[in-house]
Amino acid sequence: MSDRKPYLELKRISKRYGGVSALTEVDFSVYPGEIQAVLGENGAGKSTLIKIASGVTDPTEGEVFIEGRPVRFKSPTEAMRAGVVCVFQELSLLPEMTVADNLSIVDPPKWLGMIDAKGQRDRARALLKRVGCEDVHPLELVRNLPLSRRQMVEIAKALGRDPRILILDEATSALTADDVERVYGIIRDLKKSGVGILYVSHRMREIEALADTATVFRNGRKIETFTKGARSVDAIIEMMIGREVTHQYPPKPEPLDAKAEAGKPVALAAANLAWGREIQGVSFNLRKGEIVGLGGLDGQGQRELLLALFGVLKGVSGTVAVDGKPISLDGPRQAMHAPLPMALIPEDRKTEGLMLPMSVRDNMTLAALPRLLGRFGIDGDKENAAVQRMVDRLRVKTPNLDAPVSALSGGNQQKVVLAKWLMTAPGIILLNDPTRGIDVGTKQEIYRLMRELANQGAAILFYSTDYAELIGCCDRVLVVYDGKIRRELAGEALNERNLLQSALNIDASEQAA
Amino acid sequence: MTGVDTGAARGPTLAARLGIDRSVTIAFGCILLILCGGALYSREFLSPEYLLQQLQVGAFLGIIASGAMMVILLGHIDLSIPWVVTLGAMMATAMVGWGGAAGVWLCIPFGVFCGAVVGVLNGLGVAYLRLPSMIFTLGMNAVVQGLMVLHTGGFAPLDQATPAMHFMAVQRSLFGIPNAVFVWALVGIFVIYVLKRTAFGRAVYAVGNRESAAYLSGVNTNRVLIGCFAFSGAMAAFAGVLLAGYSNKAYQNMGDAYLLPAIAAVVLGGTNILGGRGNYLGTIAGVILITLLQSILSVMQMPEAGRQVIYGCVIIAMLLIYGRGAKARS
Amino acid sequence: MKTGALSNWRYWIAHNAGVLTAVVLFAAMFTLYISNHSAGLTPAVATTAANKAVLLALVAMAQTLPVLTRGLDLSVGMVFVMANCIASTIVVGTVGEGLLGIVAVLLIGALAGFINGAIVVWGRLQPIITTLATGAVYYGISLFVRPGPGGDVQSDIADLLTGQLFGAIPAALVVLLVVVLVVWVPYRRSVLGRAAYAVGSNEQAAYMSGVPVQRAKLLAYTLAGVLASIAGLMLTFNTYSGEASAPIAGTYTLNSIAAVVIGGTSLFGGWGSAIGSIFGAFVLRTIEDLLFVFDLPPLWQPLFQGVVLLFAVSLGAFRILRVRNRLELFS
Repeated sequence: MSDRKPYLELKRISKRYGGVSALTEVDFSVYPGEIQAVLGENGAGKSTLIKIASGVTDPTEGEVFIEGRPVRFKSPTEAMRAGVVCVFQELSLLPEMTVADNLSIVDPPKWLGMIDAKGQRDRARALLKRVGCEDVHPLELVRNLPLSRRQMVEIAKALGRDPRILILDEATSALTADDVERVYGIIRDLKKSGVGILYVSHRMREIEALADTATVFRNGRKIETFTKGARSVDAIIEMMIGREVTHQYPPKPEPLDAKAEAGKPVALAAANLAWGREIQGVSFNLRKGEIVGLGGLDGQGQRELLLALFGVLKGVSGTVAVDGKPISLDGPRQAMHAPLPMALIPEDRKTEGLMLPMSVRDNMTLAALPRLLGRFGIDGDKENAAVQRMVDRLRVKTPNLDAPVSALSGGNQQKVVLAKWLMTAPGIILLNDPTRGIDVGTKQEIYRLMRELANQGAAILFYSTDYAELIGCCDRVLVVYDGKIRRELAGEALNERNLLQSALNIDASEQAA
Repeated sequence: MTGVDTGAARGPTLAARLGIDRSVTIAFGCILLILCGGALYSREFLSPEYLLQQLQVGAFLGIIASGAMMVILLGHIDLSIPWVVTLGAMMATAMVGWGGAAGVWLCIPFGVFCGAVVGVLNGLGVAYLRLPSMIFTLGMNAVVQGLMVLHTGGFAPLDQATPAMHFMAVQRSLFGIPNAVFVWALVGIFVIYVLKRTAFGRAVYAVGNRESAAYLSGVNTNRVLIGCFAFSGAMAAFAGVLLAGYSNKAYQNMGDAYLLPAIAAVVLGGTNILGGRGNYLGTIAGVILITLLQSILSVMQMPEAGRQVIYGCVIIAMLLIYGRGAKARS
Repeated sequence: MKTGALSNWRYWIAHNAGVLTAVVLFAAMFTLYISNHSAGLTPAVATTAANKAVLLALVAMAQTLPVLTRGLDLSVGMVFVMANCIASTIVVGTVGEGLLGIVAVLLIGALAGFINGAIVVWGRLQPIITTLATGAVYYGISLFVRPGPGGDVQSDIADLLTGQLFGAIPAALVVLLVVVLVVWVPYRRSVLGRAAYAVGSNEQAAYMSGVPVQRAKLLAYTLAGVLASIAGLMLTFNTYSGEASAPIAGTYTLNSIAAVVIGGTSLFGGWGSAIGSIFGAFVLRTIEDLLFVFDLPPLWQPLFQGVVLLFAVSLGAFRILRVRNRLELFS
């Protein structure tokens, strides 16, 4: 094995955007039959590395080699022809086209020079079967598929190109547990047939389960490549953030006994909420000063529940009372003016949270502008001062307040979304998977912030796809299954085993037996 | 310090504060270039009288472009401008006949009001029916055209401008500056104030960039849409009232010549046709640029064919210099 | 296998619901028109109707292609008029010379479309504003070629293409059918044609997937120029003259957009078909004919047309009744 040659090799690669260095003199190689994990905070240079390897962008300096030959990809198409295929984090599927069209978008089977529709359907059926998505019809439009299915189609599309190097960039972030297992299986099969795999993920557990080797990046530089097991998780995290990790999660308050618990004022009380098949009779109380998690498998109605509480969904039945007074679920504006102001950190910060080309200032104050009015409209000084306070408090890294949010890293963008809502002084905060695709350092800051806000009396409803996060942050967790609250976990019972069992809807007593 | 930046200390530059960016600079540069080029042809081009005259003619376009800009900032477009201009002119002149003595006073507000009503209908269609503005305002334009054809054909109403309209559009009262320029200036100050200093203005940019994010931030996006379309309608009608004063009567098709120049002026001024970015200074530059271009071509007695070709080529050339979209590949 | 074929049909119908609606709408309106027409469905009535409708149908087809790429061509009407003016000067003489002239007009149309596409693709300007400006240029050229109405056209070709085949079938419809079979069908099933849909659906994703984005756009605009010039030729064959008329150009541009929408094509790109646009154009034309047979006072006609147009485009609003998540309103 020692004399094998890398299939893909990057030598002294640097990439600068304007004056900013995204990658600095990186040497990197992927061998056939190897699963290599790429680790690093957001902005560490992982995405740039992937973009260069897959032909989306050119390196400023350095060279790319395929099987020892220097190459220069002018487009993703050329990279694919050379065997380097990428499953992008931002889905590269075409929503208004059929699954079959998407799977054969570049080199469709042809008949008399025209696309052979039937050949294309058969090919799609075979590929879908390979990823275990036989339930998806080849003629279904991609936009009609749920996110998790779309991600599987995306993977099927990459498989259809016979990759020699397969790059998976956060490819499992939206998948259900079953699908993740299936993807692991596919990856292991590919490895056996000699395909090199580059695996980018923020989930440490996935990396432990899969990778042969791992490479850590920080600030655009490669820190170290090591074989699995050579470094502890803490050591890896330390390498990624470049400083010692003390606490992953802020300390929780002592759990109260049932009587004291019941005495705490209820911030939000939901009764019999229902909406289509996604929410089927959900009732719960959210008290002031506590962080309540929403757990369960992805896509069990948790996102819809948060949207329903914020008034975004039409035709929700049931009642919601805030601070004891019933409210109507008519929209974000009404939710913001509930007896306790509500705030929602949405799922997708790029389309639902931010106006990317607008400045940090304009984004942060959008929801709170009425508080910043002077005698002649918006008071510029007051506004700048308020924004600066938030930038300092949340430690937002930005060149200045006028910089467009698009210039910030993912973690800092998420901080801007949080800042926007903190400006409205919310009493109830709904968080929809706020740490997804965010670096470890920012995650920890967000955990601390959540606890700080709870200690100040805010009620927090926190949906996350990461079980460790739920266990580490929440006072109690409501596990949702098929649109219903299946179980409530708190204190000692709040552990990974119980979470997973109730998420899979396996009865605890059956397991014990 | 872990890279926390004290941004407030390094605030925006003065130029950025005034909204002077690359496109505005280039637009004003082109204006100077046209004037210099014209001066080589005839000294008349630099005379104050000529320039004031251009500003007066430009004021009508400027008022229309002010409304068009608000809609374009939203990422929408108002194609009902041509017949709303005519609507404003015809309703204002007709009001004199309908309203008698009161009509003389009510005619201008009534004309503007009618335009605003059409604008509100446009806004309702775009906001609540969620129809593409291009197609809905197009349909509205056809409806207003139908109404106006019926109006002129059926009732043979008055179409003469009142002295007040004439005063606002043609006469000069202060330092020999045409009143129409003052009217445009007032409209301009109003737009700048709304865009820079009000929550509504901020919401306009927010909706233009990402309506879903604006909605989730508690912005009443439908109100913003309706407000901007109403303003666009009102301004088109107001320009129609002034144009009626300028030529002393209202007539069919009087607005046809204003749609494309208005959109071109806004876009040449650096406003993104997809919304979310642009400032009023640019629109002023764009309006002056278009007006001068049209004037210079007619002074040079260029035949219509050549004028059209040059007009189109200049717009393309200027936009190629700036205002280009981002490359897919960096 | 039978269930497979059945479900394929189910999907086909779902994917073409917009086109089918336009077909049904047209059929209903045309039946109404014919049953109220004093002469009924004679070859002469059909030919007159077809000659008018085919013009808009071709321009609407032209408009469809850029719209599919999430663009727009506001110069289709101008290219249509320009082709008319140029045809009225060069499609003359013997049949051979006339055919040569036709080829020249088609090439000029292709060039005009290619210029639009080149500015959009390589100049990276917005299609709306690009074609607004090039439209002015093409109109200027039309005026230059034909300052006043006039000109002539090779009458053998004109009579053949605007008359009837076998004394019954309107030749214009055959021309349209040939255009569909020779231009649209191969385009729709080619890699570049599908790339146009991909670009309209999500340009970034298309690029990432290795779709030839630039070539797809160039081809879409170029073909739009060709189709608009075919329409210009047909106009010349109908009128035996050329006229550089801005109102005609404007009306055709605007009606082409309306026809595209009625035909079920999304103005946001990636969805629809030129077949739908053809029937959308037929629907618009039949509305005018209906006004004629129902003897609506001429003064009321523009208003009625406007209201019908507004109503037709508002039909798209029904989708909001199905929206359960308000965020979907903004996409």
